[in-house]
Amino acid sequence: MNNQPLIIADRTFESRLFLGTGKFGNLSEMTDSIIASGSELVTMALKRIDSQSSEDDLLNALKPTKSHLLPNTSGARTAKEAVLAAQLAREALETNWVKLEIHPDPKYLLPDPIETLYATEELAKLGFVVMPYIHADPVLCKRLEDAGTAVVMPLGAPIGTNKGLRTLDFLEIIIAQSNVPVVVDAGIGAPSDAAKAMEMGADAVLVNTAIAVARNPVNMALAFKEGVIAGRRAFESGLGAIGNHAQASSPLTSFLFD
Amino acid sequence: MKSFKDFFEKYQWDEVKVKLEKVTLSDVENSLQKKNKTIDDFLNFLSPVAAQKLEVMAIMTQQLTQKRFGKTIQLYAPLYLSNECQNICTYCGFSLDNSIKRKTLSDTELMIEATVLKSMGVNHVLLVSGEANKTVGIDYFLNAVRLLKTHFANISIEVQPLLEEEYRQLHDAGVNAVLVYQETYHQEVYKEYHPKGKKSNFNFRLETPDRIGKAGIHKMGLGVLLGLEDWRVDSFFNALHIDYLQKQYWKSRYSVSFPRLRPAEGIIEPNFMMSDKDLLQLICAYRIWNEDLEISISTRENEKFRDHIISLGATAMSAASKTNPGGYAVDKESLEQFETSDERSMDEIKNIIKKAGYDPIMKDWDSVYSGV
Repeated sequence: MNNQPLIIADRTFESRLFLGTGKFGNLSEMTDSIIASGSELVTMALKRIDSQSSEDDLLNALKPTKSHLLPNTSGARTAKEAVLAAQLAREALETNWVKLEIHPDPKYLLPDPIETLYATEELAKLGFVVMPYIHADPVLCKRLEDAGTAVVMPLGAPIGTNKGLRTLDFLEIIIAQSNVPVVVDAGIGAPSDAAKAMEMGADAVLVNTAIAVARNPVNMALAFKEGVIAGRRAFESGLGAIGNHAQASSPLTSFLFD
Repeated sequence: MKSFKDFFEKYQWDEVKVKLEKVTLSDVENSLQKKNKTIDDFLNFLSPVAAQKLEVMAIMTQQLTQKRFGKTIQLYAPLYLSNECQNICTYCGFSLDNSIKRKTLSDTELMIEATVLKSMGVNHVLLVSGEANKTVGIDYFLNAVRLLKTHFANISIEVQPLLEEEYRQLHDAGVNAVLVYQETYHQEVYKEYHPKGKKSNFNFRLETPDRIGKAGIHKMGLGVLLGLEDWRVDSFFNALHIDYLQKQYWKSRYSVSFPRLRPAEGIIEPNFMMSDKDLLQLICAYRIWNEDLEISISTRENEKFRDHIISLGATAMSAASKTNPGGYAVDKESLEQFETSDERSMDEIKNIIKKAGYDPIMKDWDSVYSGV
């Protein structure tokens, strides 16, 4: 039996693994990795796209993957810049989907929650399907829902660090109370991290560095695919509760029934 | 408000030099193992004794760079606007006392040069000039940026130190990055090499990155001219400068370059020579200390070194560079700033990067993010 599909806006996804396209040593390796991962949604920086050239290398390399394109606003420091970038991407790539990335801090690439909220409000009004990259902040997630976001994309750890789900406690709260799909983005370093996020009930994960910089990116993409499927299947099957205490053979409360 | 000068004055050149000599192998090993590295760790990586750990440092450099920047190299090329200069810099081909015909590109010539660069696939361009404030000042630069903006995704500029307001104007016009090198942090030596012209003011230059940061420029490039003084001490001060700036102007990106003195017409011989091994150690020291620092390698370096540095810390490289105004098309014989060591074409460099397993990137910026 297949896992349940994921629905975001007007699209249905069989795969719950989204990929980034940066950091690959060559474009054919990127193409092969995306195909191996089974991903149906891949993000690329608008700043990498040469819209003046009719034959953009990156876009050409993505064609055989049949994945939907998710342009991102990496490079934007403010809501204003991000909105302009989204509009440019909509024109260049003919999609109203956008991964909103506003990180004024180029050192850790941490997202600015205030500008992200402003930009989400604006872009939702303009008819975009907004996928904002944010801190694992449960209150911000609810505010983004009110602003009309399509999903929330909280980080597991600082981007590019492969540290795994360092924000676990907050991700649990976000997943528990979200009315929109939760996509764990950034920091996922191993298939087991991805599986863990899916077991917790995340709706999808986005992975880039861990695949792109692996010694064998294509096999690593396959490993992530399997990790995500396993994690989701476990979640849908209902994981057993984890008990902290052994059951005493002579229950402490048995005297009540004597 | 404080500037780097306040931090700089806390350090003495000679004390840093002694400190570098006293570093032990176990100091280096401890620093390599630390999770969060400080400027003191950088000093250890830079020390003469750390050269014994170069292989380990190279491995770490490769891994850290791949994790942060991926297997990619950003390519760019310089576009020299003018070789007019009112300064005497005894090591530079453009020095005022070098009595050779000077050239400043006209609008038409600028566009011809730009067209040649575009045909080579260049999308990130670095504008360079000597310091001639009357003829090649802020108005000239603003005009050049306006003319080039629609043709290049990313415009950087390496010209004389300007005022904060002028940097703001450049930012608003669409300049992404400003490069300014202190040349040397040794004040007396600085004066010897820069005896005349506006550039002889050490402190004005020292505080230039503060003005760039205040103006909100996206990226700053720093460096010292390797060969003027002891490269280890000078590089320590350069890293101290970057460390200060990164904390102060946290929205800017930072890049470091390693100009080694190269032969040029009418210049003196460098005092201090730096070997390829030294340069590799310096690059590794920067990378291990500062994982997100961009590292740029120019065509001053030789082919062999450039081929190997692709996978050892570099994040950006220039290629097919001409260091004279008009060098690509309109006046190929004009006075050049220095002789390049790697004269291979852009396509050749792209192929070498690919062969090393890396992706040559021609566009990684969009004018939508630059002062719109």
